[in-house]
Amino acid sequence: MFAVLIDQFWSLTIAGVALGFIYVLISLGYTMVYGVLRMINFANSEIFMWGTFGTVITSRDIFNYTQTSEPATGGKLALVLVSSLLMSMLVAGLTAIFVELVAYRRLRMKGTNRLATLISAIGISIALQEVMRLLTDSRPVGSPRILEKIILTEVWGANIRLDTVITIIAAALIFFVLERFIKLSRMGKAIRAVSMNEDAAKLMGVNLNRVITTTFLVGGLATGAAGFFYITVFEYTKFNIGFTMGMAAFTAAVLGGIGNIRGAFYGGLSLGLLEVYASAVLGTQWKAVTVFIVLVLVLLFKPNGLFGEAVQTTRA
Amino acid sequence: MKIRNYWNLRDWGADIWERANRPKRVAIAVTSIILVAHLPFAGASFLATPIAAYDAVLVYPVGIFVLMALGLNIVVGKSGMLDLGYVAFFAIGAYTMAIMGTTTGLNTWEIMPFGIVFAMLAGVILGLPTLRLRGDYLAIVTLGFGEIVRLVVLNSSWSKGPNGIANVPMPPDIGPLKFKLDDQKVFFWVVIIMILLTIWMIRRLSVRRPGRAWEAIRQDEDAAELMGIATLKYKIWSFTLGAAVGGAAGVLYASKNLFIAPEMFTLNVSILILACVVFGGIGNIWGVIVGATILGYLPDRIRFISDARLLVFGIVLVVVMNFRPDGLLPRKKREKAIVKKEVNA
Repeated sequence: MFAVLIDQFWSLTIAGVALGFIYVLISLGYTMVYGVLRMINFANSEIFMWGTFGTVITSRDIFNYTQTSEPATGGKLALVLVSSLLMSMLVAGLTAIFVELVAYRRLRMKGTNRLATLISAIGISIALQEVMRLLTDSRPVGSPRILEKIILTEVWGANIRLDTVITIIAAALIFFVLERFIKLSRMGKAIRAVSMNEDAAKLMGVNLNRVITTTFLVGGLATGAAGFFYITVFEYTKFNIGFTMGMAAFTAAVLGGIGNIRGAFYGGLSLGLLEVYASAVLGTQWKAVTVFIVLVLVLLFKPNGLFGEAVQTTRA
Repeated sequence: MKIRNYWNLRDWGADIWERANRPKRVAIAVTSIILVAHLPFAGASFLATPIAAYDAVLVYPVGIFVLMALGLNIVVGKSGMLDLGYVAFFAIGAYTMAIMGTTTGLNTWEIMPFGIVFAMLAGVILGLPTLRLRGDYLAIVTLGFGEIVRLVVLNSSWSKGPNGIANVPMPPDIGPLKFKLDDQKVFFWVVIIMILLTIWMIRRLSVRRPGRAWEAIRQDEDAAELMGIATLKYKIWSFTLGAAVGGAAGVLYASKNLFIAPEMFTLNVSILILACVVFGGIGNIWGVIVGATILGYLPDRIRFISDARLLVFGIVLVVVMNFRPDGLLPRKKREKAIVKKEVNA
């Protein structure tokens, strides 16, 4: 049972880290919105799904790649990759702003109960998913292979593939940039101020609406980037992939301590590794169960998440 | 002069009810029950659903949704715990019926208590460790539990995995009333009776100690605990009673559908039932009933726009929540005011 795990430990670890970084970026979308609004951004999974389509549209329709065409090389490759990434981020960012404006803003201004906002967010995520289902005819959409899966080297019996390396490095970079943005920029400071104490921030002259829209935008950008990496690794997308990925990423956010950006980082990576190891030991069909059981255990013994700071537990 | 707002349907209904004396109340109740019981005969009117059989729609989704929404309302509306895994109890009830019905030869009514007890046991098992958590954390744990139940059922051999269980027996006839696949009036009447029992249970409990304890827990759990309310005990009771209703709904559903499979018990069902509760007016049983009726019935009624019906459904949720955030028939003002304070605090 554990033989598989020991045999392929390093290649599993690499796959786990790559998956983990995708989770890190999606869970940023959850954790940042939770930080400022104290609310689950239920539509984030659909924002992610729309983001994956950004990449498909760029490579397939703008650069006219097909399933049979030769993978790009050199400068062309960099151009296609960067523009797909940007397109995914753009699509997801705009979707996130749209979600905030339509589903959250009015209810937030009225200061009504949280459940109404939750249902409104659920409504918009159903609508987003359905629009994509109608546009794609309920069919999975394959993405042309832009990046050839070249094996770079072999370390401890594990193949290091180009796409995993790019995913890990680029995702880490994006995470780092966003984290610096939150830590250092004026807007980032405002976001942190609002998540600490909304009223005090308002009194200090923080423009609440702008901060919240920016939070959704930044979360959307991160989620969109995750969509791009998802496509480079899995090479297909469908209108309903958001749910599984979104659930896992949300679990990751809670695991790391929701509302906490570093928590998203550690939570995402641990969950990615955990999922990969668990599917090697128990079989892929049990991986979601393992993830949830671990989540329940973590919440029981460390309710603020493994790396969480003291988030109030009293919020009903 | 007091100007009556005729759009405030709850006050309007409550006024009539409060002014009526006992015989009048009995008359109102009996007339409405009779009217509702005649709904399956109105299939030829504007109520008809274009593609699905009308009387089948009345049983599932409408009737079962109302039943489950009432059960979930005990958890979410009465005691204020956000449960996103309610479908688990529905699934446990349905699988109890399917497995016992195909193997033991007991009939639906004999299996019903087993389904309810198993669902309640699951409620206690889940509730004991997790109900210490609050708010969103509780939501995510219950959501996880719902998914675990579905995945276990999907990957196990005793549940026949993804193939599901076929040939679940129908309930035995009650005298002249026969359960038939192509004419589901009797099923509808059974659902009505179960709904009435649930309403009765909720109304009785609401005015007694558990109801008051739930109300206190919902408004301020810390204060409730300081006042000496055994919060964990009452939370588990609320969870378990909600589970019992879900389990009963599951037993009936399996016996009506004759076939069940894991894909019928996805997170979407939990979300839909929660949407029914919040859409109709959280905490108010009449609101919940209205909400569940509309959300159960609407997708089938608008099947003529077949492909886009879920899209319309999503948009309706967003629009209604934005303009009536407390639901179509909200709970009483006094209770609402306390909820508001809690949010701003």
